[in-house]
Order: sequence, then C-alpha cells, then structure tokens
Amino acid sequence: MTLTKPCKILIVPIYPVDLELVLTLPSQLREIFKCDVLLDNTNHLNLLSAYDSSREQFNSTKIISILLEKFKNFNGKVLGVISIDLFIPVLTYVFGEAQLKGKVSIVSTFRLNEITYGFPENKKLTAERLLKEAVHELGHNFGLLHCENYLCVMHSSTSVEEVDIKTASFCDECYKKLFGQISTEFNDHHNGE
Amino acid sequence: MTHKFSILVVDDEFIVRDSLSKWFTQDGYKVGVAENAAQALKLMNEGPWDIIFIDIKMPGMDGLELQKRIKEIDPNAIIIIITAFASVDSAVQALKEGAYDYITKPVDPDYLSHLVKNALKQKKLTDENIKLREHVSELVMGEELIGESPQIKKVIELAKTVAPTNTTVMIRGESGTGKELVARLIHAHSPRRYFPFISVNCGAVPDTLLESELFGHEKGAFTDALYRRKGKFELADGGTIFLDEVGTISLKMQIQLLRVLETKQFTRIGGNEIITSDFRVICATNSDLEQAVKEGRFREDLYYRLNVFTIFIPPLRERRSDIPLIAKYYLEKYATMMHKPITEISPEAMDILIRYDWPGNVRELKNAIERAMVLAKPPAIRPQDLPIQLIEEEQPENETLEAVEKAHILKILNKTNWNITQSAKILGIDRVTLYNKIEKYNLKRNRVA
Repeated sequence: MTLTKPCKILIVPIYPVDLELVLTLPSQLREIFKCDVLLDNTNHLNLLSAYDSSREQFNSTKIISILLEKFKNFNGKVLGVISIDLFIPVLTYVFGEAQLKGKVSIVSTFRLNEITYGFPENKKLTAERLLKEAVHELGHNFGLLHCENYLCVMHSSTSVEEVDIKTASFCDECYKKLFGQISTEFNDHHNGE
Repeated sequence: MTHKFSILVVDDEFIVRDSLSKWFTQDGYKVGVAENAAQALKLMNEGPWDIIFIDIKMPGMDGLELQKRIKEIDPNAIIIIITAFASVDSAVQALKEGAYDYITKPVDPDYLSHLVKNALKQKKLTDENIKLREHVSELVMGEELIGESPQIKKVIELAKTVAPTNTTVMIRGESGTGKELVARLIHAHSPRRYFPFISVNCGAVPDTLLESELFGHEKGAFTDALYRRKGKFELADGGTIFLDEVGTISLKMQIQLLRVLETKQFTRIGGNEIITSDFRVICATNSDLEQAVKEGRFREDLYYRLNVFTIFIPPLRERRSDIPLIAKYYLEKYATMMHKPITEISPEAMDILIRYDWPGNVRELKNAIERAMVLAKPPAIRPQDLPIQLIEEEQPENETLEAVEKAHILKILNKTNWNITQSAKILGIDRVTLYNKIEKYNLKRNRVA
C-alpha cells in the first residue's frame, strides 16, 4: 500500500538526549510510515514543570503538554525523544506515552538502555528498542490500540524483555488499520486546505 | 480481543483517573471514570464493569463502603483497591471483604499489566462457570412437566416447595404420569442440582442384582464380578437418588435400604470399607403401599421413613384440559426429529385424544403421537392415524327390547374390536345368530379410530 502524499512526522530531540540514537530514527520511520520524517533542531525545552523531585523522574504527560504547545502550528505528528526516566503519576515508570489518535508522543531511552540494568552499554540494542517504542507510540498517535499479537510492534510491553521479543513491524491487521488512518488524515488535511 | 472487557476507575484525583484511563484505553478496554462514590454508583447502571479500581481514601463515602455497595449490586465484579503506602491496613481490610487485590501508588506497569490480565482471566472463568451452571440446570431439567390445569400446577408448586429442603419425597401416581419428571424437577430446583441425579427402577432389576446395583461390589464378590463397581448410592453422592417402583423390593432389601437411609453408610458387596455418601432420596410407586404394609409385604418403618412428603400426580383423564398442550408439545418434538412437515392435529383427532381415557397416561399419549406421526400425511394428524380406539357407550334409541338389544350388541362388538367369535361368546349366542343380528340392525364398524 503506498500513498501519493503522506502526512509528516517531526522528531524532536529533547535535552538531555543521546543524539546518536535519535539520528537512527528518521530513515527507518520514513520507511515504516511511508511519509516525510523531519528532525527538529530547536533542541530547547524548559522541562522544569515536568520534573518531580520526590520521584526524581519527569512526568511524561506534562512533557507532552509542553510539546503540544510548542508545536501547535505544526501540521503532523510530533515525537519527542529524551534520555531521562519518565513516569505517569499512577505508574512507577513508562517507556513512553502518546496521545491516542492525537498529535504528540514521547519516548525515553532511559529504561531501554542496558546500563540502567547494570549491564555494559549496547548502542545497537538500544537503537533497536528505541525504534520499536517510537513506532509503537506513533502507532497510538495514528489511533492504533495495543495488539495481542506478541510479534506486532503494537503489543504492549512493560519490560525491555518484552520489547526485545516483538518486532518493529505491524501485524497485518494493525497495518491495514494504520494505513487506513494515514490515508484518512491525509484526505482530511487536503479537504481542509 | 480485549474490547469486550470494561474497567471503571474511581478516584478523587484527576491525574490518577486520567492516567489509568489512558493506559487502559490504549489496551483496548472500555473505560469509565468516576471521581466519587456517588458517581461510581450511578455508573454501575451503565455496567456491568469487569474490573473496578477504587481509591480507598475519598471524600464522602470511602472506598471500603463503596466496595460493599458495589458487591451488593454486582457480586461478580472484580474490585482492585488503589491505595497509598499509608493505608495498606485498609487495603487488607478490603481484601478480607472480597476485593481481588490492591495496588499502591505508584504501581509498577509490569505488575499492573499482569494484575489486570490475571483478574480478567479469573473473571472469564467465573463467567464461564456461571454459564456452565446455567447450562447444567437446563440439562438437568430435560423434558418438562407440561400442563396448565390446576392439578398439574399444584404438583409443580409442591415439587418446587420441597425442592430446597433435604426431605425425602414419595411420588405417587399411575404408571406413565411422569413421576420421574417430578423427581427431576425437585432435583433441578434443589441445591444438589450440580451433582448427579441417579435413577434406579427397582421393579426392573431382579432382587439379586438390585443389591449390587445399589451398593456396588468389589472384584470377586460373586462369580461374574470381574471388576469393582460403584453402586448407585455411591454415585449419588452430593446429589439425589430416585428409587422408582420402590414397592416392589423384597423384604430382605427393605432392611438393607432402611439401614442405609438412616446411616448414609454402607459397604460394597464383598468389601469391608465403609462408604459414606450424602444423597437425598426421592421414591415413587404406583402400588398401594398402605395395603402392602397391612399385608406385611412392606416394612412399616421403611414406609414411614420414605413417606415423609407425598406428591400425588393425577392421571391424565383427570386433567383432560392438558391433553391438547401435551399432544402439541410431542407433535412439535417428533416433527423436528422426523423432519416431517406435520404442524397440527385435526379437530376430529384432537376430539378423540381428549375423550380417550389414557390408562397409560402421558407415556401412552406420547407414544400415540409418535406412532401417528409415522403414519400421518402432512399437514395434520387425522383420526385414522391414531393408534387408539374410542369406544362409545351406545345408548338405545328408545326403551324397546329391540333398541336395547341393538345397543348392547354394538357395545360388545366395539369392546372386542369386532371380533365376532369373542363377541358371540360374551353375548351367549352363536356366530351365525350374531351375523344375523348385525345384518338385521344394520350395524357398522364406524367409531374405530
């Protein structure tokens, strides 16, 4: 399935972040989502309001609000990438968060990195995990829910082991839903123009 | 797959409601949120909710009280308590009162994910179990007692009244009235319905075998006992044993039966192990047990042991208004079974069914319909399809000797199914004389259906 003019994805590296990891994303996301993938170079966001000193973590929901405000005029999806530990209030941590059928998502490399678990750094593995989580959160932005197929990228993962099991691809069912969604969004944008 | 499950989050903190709601929505669940107990109780009308997360500390009605109220509305709801470390004691209290589990904020996402999956697995099993139990109840019900007459309604009412107790029931009634159906109805409405209903026709089993049938035997207990076999009393453990034609059992067996009924303990034939079984006894008879007691054929002590609560099923001829209903019930049943497009019983045939005396009761009516269904041509059962004979009491046209003779000869002919030899013998005349009388009075074989 190909699209004549797909919608855009903007990757926003948020300091502190491992840029080397971020740079692995654009070409792969372009191939997976078959759309334009841009890299933001403003690289400055004030995250103070998202920091919880008692937990020493950043509230991902609040970072999403900051991104939403900053890129309110951008016509596409916005994916923030960061290397610090994220949480949502009721959970101890999250790998990332996305607005379901919304505009913004965020992923953290913190718990995808082997160093967090006391192992030597493995950049290749972290990059693979980051790609899977980035595709997963963007999938939510495009309206996909969690999938029961454990190989599908939309399968819910609450541990890195589960992230490692799944692939970076969509199962047939999610693929069909996704490209229906991208197509609809593209048409909506066109009709609005 | 997960779309069918629903989760309700009750928490006064917006941030908790919001984050849990988003989390579960992405998992594909239907999610509802309430910020206090009152809202939650209102949302219960939109349920059922498979899992309900309740914050233990809320202004107004707290989580523990809300849990109680929800359990009253939906006893099968799975409740997970949300608590901070400070209120773990209350969470434990909630567990004691039936909560599935509790989570302390913030919760590990991996733990939450597994908790929800396990809770739903349990919910699914519980729901399946409920469905299976309902299915079992339907199976246990089997064929039903059909009828709208006050007499049969009374029987059903009595059966349902005695069902929840453990009382021994004696069902009396003519052969074919449906004594086993009443016994099954009692079992199906008793707390024992999920356990076996064991039926023993005491009249159909020779006395020598009845002992083994009821108590079982060990291997080698007698010549043909090649394997150990459990008896009916043992099989009925937890359930009901139905002793049909109990009036036919021998005096020797009556003593053994009395002992088992009193102690609920017995040994298999050829064995030493004492077996205890928890069964309820329902028995049935169409014989005059009181007379049998008087004549010493039935033990008085056993009679009183069995005759605690009696249900009498009236014969079909005493509830003729039920005949059309029963006939139609079996008509539909056999039409489906035989794939025959016979949908009705002609008014003439129905008239015969209603007026016939049915000495074999419902069983005879059922068999008559089955046989008629084989012979009948669509769309209806007609009088000639019925295997019964309706003998009219011929009334003399007047008081003359000739009229009385004509009516009497016709009555005897009908009674013998127009067997000339037999009729002549009853009438005390020879066959030739009878033929002459038939010719003289122009008698015809007209009311044989």
